[in-house]
Amino acid sequence: MTDKFSNSYKSGPDKEGHFGIFGGRYVAETLMPLILQVEESYAKAKSDPEFDRELKYYLEHYVGRPSPLYFASRLTEFFGGAKVYFKRDELNHTGAHKINNCIGQILLARRMGKKRIIAETGAGQHGVATATVCALFGLECVIYMGAKDIERQAPNVFRMKLLGAEVIPVKSGTSTLKDAMNEALRDWVSSVENTYYLIGTVAGPHPYPAMVRDFQSIIGKEVREQILKTEGRLPDTLVACIGGGSNAIGLFYDFLDEADINLIGVEAAGHGINTGSHAASLNGGVPGVLHGNRTYLLQDNDGQILDAHSISAGLDYPGIGPEHSWLHDIGRVNYVSVQDEEALEAFKLCSRLEGIIPALEPAHALSHVSRIAPGLPDNHILVVNMCGRGDKDVFTVADSLGVVL
Amino acid sequence: MNEATTGRIEKKFKFLKKEGRAAFIPFIMAADPTLDVSLEILKGLPAAGADIIELGVLFSDPMADGPAIQSAGLRAKSAGANLHQTLSMVREFRKVDDITPIILMGYYNPIYIYGNEKFLIDAKNSGVDGLIVVDLPPEEDKELCLPSLEKGIHFIRLATPTTDENRISTVLTNTSGFVYYVSIAGVTGSKSARSDEVRAAVKNIKKYTELPVAVGFGIKTPEQAAIVARSADAAVVGSAIVKVIENNIDETGAPSDNLVDNVLEFVSSLSRGVRESR
Repeated sequence: MTDKFSNSYKSGPDKEGHFGIFGGRYVAETLMPLILQVEESYAKAKSDPEFDRELKYYLEHYVGRPSPLYFASRLTEFFGGAKVYFKRDELNHTGAHKINNCIGQILLARRMGKKRIIAETGAGQHGVATATVCALFGLECVIYMGAKDIERQAPNVFRMKLLGAEVIPVKSGTSTLKDAMNEALRDWVSSVENTYYLIGTVAGPHPYPAMVRDFQSIIGKEVREQILKTEGRLPDTLVACIGGGSNAIGLFYDFLDEADINLIGVEAAGHGINTGSHAASLNGGVPGVLHGNRTYLLQDNDGQILDAHSISAGLDYPGIGPEHSWLHDIGRVNYVSVQDEEALEAFKLCSRLEGIIPALEPAHALSHVSRIAPGLPDNHILVVNMCGRGDKDVFTVADSLGVVL
Repeated sequence: MNEATTGRIEKKFKFLKKEGRAAFIPFIMAADPTLDVSLEILKGLPAAGADIIELGVLFSDPMADGPAIQSAGLRAKSAGANLHQTLSMVREFRKVDDITPIILMGYYNPIYIYGNEKFLIDAKNSGVDGLIVVDLPPEEDKELCLPSLEKGIHFIRLATPTTDENRISTVLTNTSGFVYYVSIAGVTGSKSARSDEVRAAVKNIKKYTELPVAVGFGIKTPEQAAIVARSADAAVVGSAIVKVIENNIDETGAPSDNLVDNVLEFVSSLSRGVRESR
């Protein structure tokens, strides 16, 4: 770790895009000039008040920010411990936090003069958010999606098509999110001149992990203001689910330097980490290099990437953003895991007690809250990021519960 | 102070210069379609006219490769390929051939997991002469490029159509052995570049380096190889060769009896194209 990291957890990455040993730019030479161009354009945009003004405009009037911070009184009562708040990012336009990042990057792509947007998607949430912003600005949109994911997320595929996107099924490899990302990278290598790759999470080559984090960090900034207003003080614990980790870093980032705030990331343990059928890169993987960055990965002894599994398609990725790998190694964030079954229980509980059907992704975070909240004092303030709504998951959940729709 | 290289690549290009022709470099994926058949092909390549050999290292997520080499990887994976085995393949080859340079080509993660230091020692001891690691651009030179040069293993860099004048010197700085010009912005085995563009690009790279310049990606026929060999120091063919392997496998995945002959015959035709081009 370099010295400049010692005073603040928020100063990363360094200029080569490293968070400690993680991150970097592990891409083919064909992409390097463009990646350097993205970095330069983003740096320029970041310091341009006009870009900030535009971003704020769309976040307020199109996305619907700020999202509410809601006191979940019935769950709090049920747990009988900590005060549980939901950051309601599932109320954003398109139903998840993904749109925060898409608005930011589409404004950048426009500045760079790119006319064609490509993206990868797992559950389809990022694909829908990308197709949405492309429709908004009249840009050509191509979404790569694993053939297996297309089968299990049919409603989102149709939404993307309605929005004018072309959805390309990816049949290579294991036909899931990682293969969709490979295929998007292959497209990009072949179309660098006119195409912008809109990555959906805090992974990929520098500057993507830092840029996506910046766009998502509005979540934590709003929480700070809102909780100060309602409680007059900062929260004690923040909890968020982690696939690639964009909603989690979005919630955590603004609070990284407040050492007494407990930060908890919840990975998807699928059928259980010891079964090998899971998506918990930090708790069940080792560092390696994939998709442009060094990070914790699920892989075998020969460095071949393994399939991830989670009931939640959005967490079903064998890697994690490099900044999380770094925060894990230095111990600033505590990363735990929750299995499919536990997430389903939390999904049902939240629907019944709060009238909010959560996506399966934040149901993982909620499940961990159900473990810890009962043991915490009633003046303990806990915020969980409700990063997506569950409409997209009703078929999956019905299937798991043996219900035929 | 860097260790000496094996010298095979330097000797080969010196020899070819005397002969007044370009090198022909075939690519095969290690253990495609099986370990034994792959080793048989490897051993037969020099007699079929290979001047230098690129041996592919399996990676589950080959983001710069098109369908042909992806399929080669899947076959190698089913055959149980791994990096240890690939190095032992090179050792077997070196028992019968101590002249033809071998370059391992692939992605970084399998090497990183093997352990960089241990890998470089084992690779050199096995008779590997150089490395092409697709996802290690100059920005990550400290990872493997510099340690590799220290150990006397050539680190062959890729230059591409997107490598502009500002970047070319960055790309060439720590390149050794030769420079590999990727003639198209695209994945392996996709479109082919126009010959006048390739000629201009090679000429441009040569303004900045004394190293030989090889050209690859998109060369599929003896005729295309011949055209490239007129302006470049080497022509690389990969996808078209592994395609011949694919076409000689039946539905059950078993190799046909004449798979090796058919592959080597195609390699010979490519090599003749290169030899007769000037």
